[in-house]
Amino acid sequence: MPLGPAINGAARRVPVWAVWIAGLAPAAWLFWQAATGGLGVEPVEALEHRLGELALQLLIAGLAVTPLRRHLGVNLMRFRRALGLLAFTYVCLHLAVWLLLDVQTLARVWEDVLKRPYITVGMAGFLLLIPLAVTSNDWSVRRLGSRWRRLHRLSYLAAVLGGLHFLLLAKGFQLEPLLYAGAILGLLALRLRLPRRQAA
Amino acid sequence: MAYRWKTDLTERDVTPEGAWLTRRGLMAGIAGAGIATLAGRGRAAEALEPNTWEEITTYNNFYEFGTDKTDPARHAGAMTIAPWSVRIDGLVDRPADYALEDILSRMTIEERIYRFRCVEAWSRVVPWNGFELADLLEMAGVQSGARYVAFETYLNRDEMPGVRFPVLDWPYVEGLRLDEAMHPLTIMATGIYGRDLPKQNGAPLRLVVPWKYGFKSIKSVVRITLTAEQPPTSWNKANPREYGFYSNVNPEVDHPRWSQATERRIGAGLFARREPTQMFNGYAEEVAGLYEGMDLTKFY
Ligand code: HEM
Repeated sequence: MPLGPAINGAARRVPVWAVWIAGLAPAAWLFWQAATGGLGVEPVEALEHRLGELALQLLIAGLAVTPLRRHLGVNLMRFRRALGLLAFTYVCLHLAVWLLLDVQTLARVWEDVLKRPYITVGMAGFLLLIPLAVTSNDWSVRRLGSRWRRLHRLSYLAAVLGGLHFLLLAKGFQLEPLLYAGAILGLLALRLRLPRRQAA
Repeated sequence: MAYRWKTDLTERDVTPEGAWLTRRGLMAGIAGAGIATLAGRGRAAEALEPNTWEEITTYNNFYEFGTDKTDPARHAGAMTIAPWSVRIDGLVDRPADYALEDILSRMTIEERIYRFRCVEAWSRVVPWNGFELADLLEMAGVQSGARYVAFETYLNRDEMPGVRFPVLDWPYVEGLRLDEAMHPLTIMATGIYGRDLPKQNGAPLRLVVPWKYGFKSIKSVVRITLTAEQPPTSWNKANPREYGFYSNVNPEVDHPRWSQATERRIGAGLFARREPTQMFNGYAEEVAGLYEGMDLTKFY
């Protein structure tokens, strides 16, 4: 598999901070565009949607790291923490836009969380990501030991909830949320199959 | 039957050409028509500052061209709108395929500045040009057994990238009760700001029912059928719990997935406050009588 080593060689030369910069640049760009008319005549909705999509894409990228290494020999492990924390950052920005620019009133925030399944599910995904973000540092990894890995399996559930959130909010029968859900379930399925193969 | 409904804002015959395309230009036109009339204006008119051409034509729902708000403006150019005809059939005296030119030669085009409220909780104000649907229906001769009017949108798989996926059950269909269809507020629009209707806004001919959520105002109409029974409607078929046949704008009846109490005005910018939604989108005085005695939480 010549692709794996080639990518690994290139990836070794990329510093993690470059991933952070590349990951945060879209957020800065989007806020700038929204403020200056670049996102069209309804910037709040556009911003909310684009941040949500980026959050989901980053969650999926984080989920892809392990299968990529196991199945294709592509090692992007060094970037996984940055991907996860970036995903969390985008969920926070997405939530902030919803709170401050979209619904605007705290009373309605509660009402929506309780009454609207897609918001409930999104909020559950966000809450699950908090302990993961808080423990995404060397000190926590050392302190928690084997419990760290168990805890971080919550990222599977968070991604599923993110995908479900998108499915629930789409109007009519749409392809895009199905593709995201398929990607998430596919990446999780790759993990399930693995032990059986090793046993054989 | 034309000119059955009026606000002071429509008295701007003197709008200078070329000033149409910006809101400021439009307001200048209104000022030209006489500031004095502003004083006596009712609630329906006071907030009606039309959105700009760009705000009206770059953010649209027309799922046949894609589900993104910018898809219709990008893809609708491929739609063939000439020649165009409308089949009017069902319980009418003169069922036929009516050529658009023939229809237009018999209708009186007037301007109607209406609030437009989408079920997705955004809104804008549009200066439509069009004629009353009642005039068109009378041209075909409504028979006494007719109770409802069914509408159908143009469908062409080669011209509409969005219909490759069954987002909805194509073609798009809508319907009104006959008294709603005959109401003076209900128009068939042919233009905006005095220009031809852009394709993304439903060229060459679309329905506009200002007191209902926007999806009732079906675009690019090719067929109008008078029926005795309530006709099926696209969003109701897709999700009956979320979209009823009536779909009147009602701040007290929420969509299951979001509140309808407030709305976001297109073009107001990133930091604008949401505005309260009005019953029947501000047209309660004109249309509330149509629904007297009906439980609007049941007939949503
Ligand atoms: C794991 C966390 C989350 C992920 C991955 C996520 C992702 C997404 C995605 C992909 C979209 C659709 C964008 C589009 O249509 O193009 C979206 C929309 C949305 N999300 Fe989230 N989201 C998350 C959490 C939340 C939370 C916590 C809230 C609020 C409490 C929220 C509120 C919304 C809203 C209001 C929309 C727009 C719905 C509409 O316009 O109909 N999301 N989100």
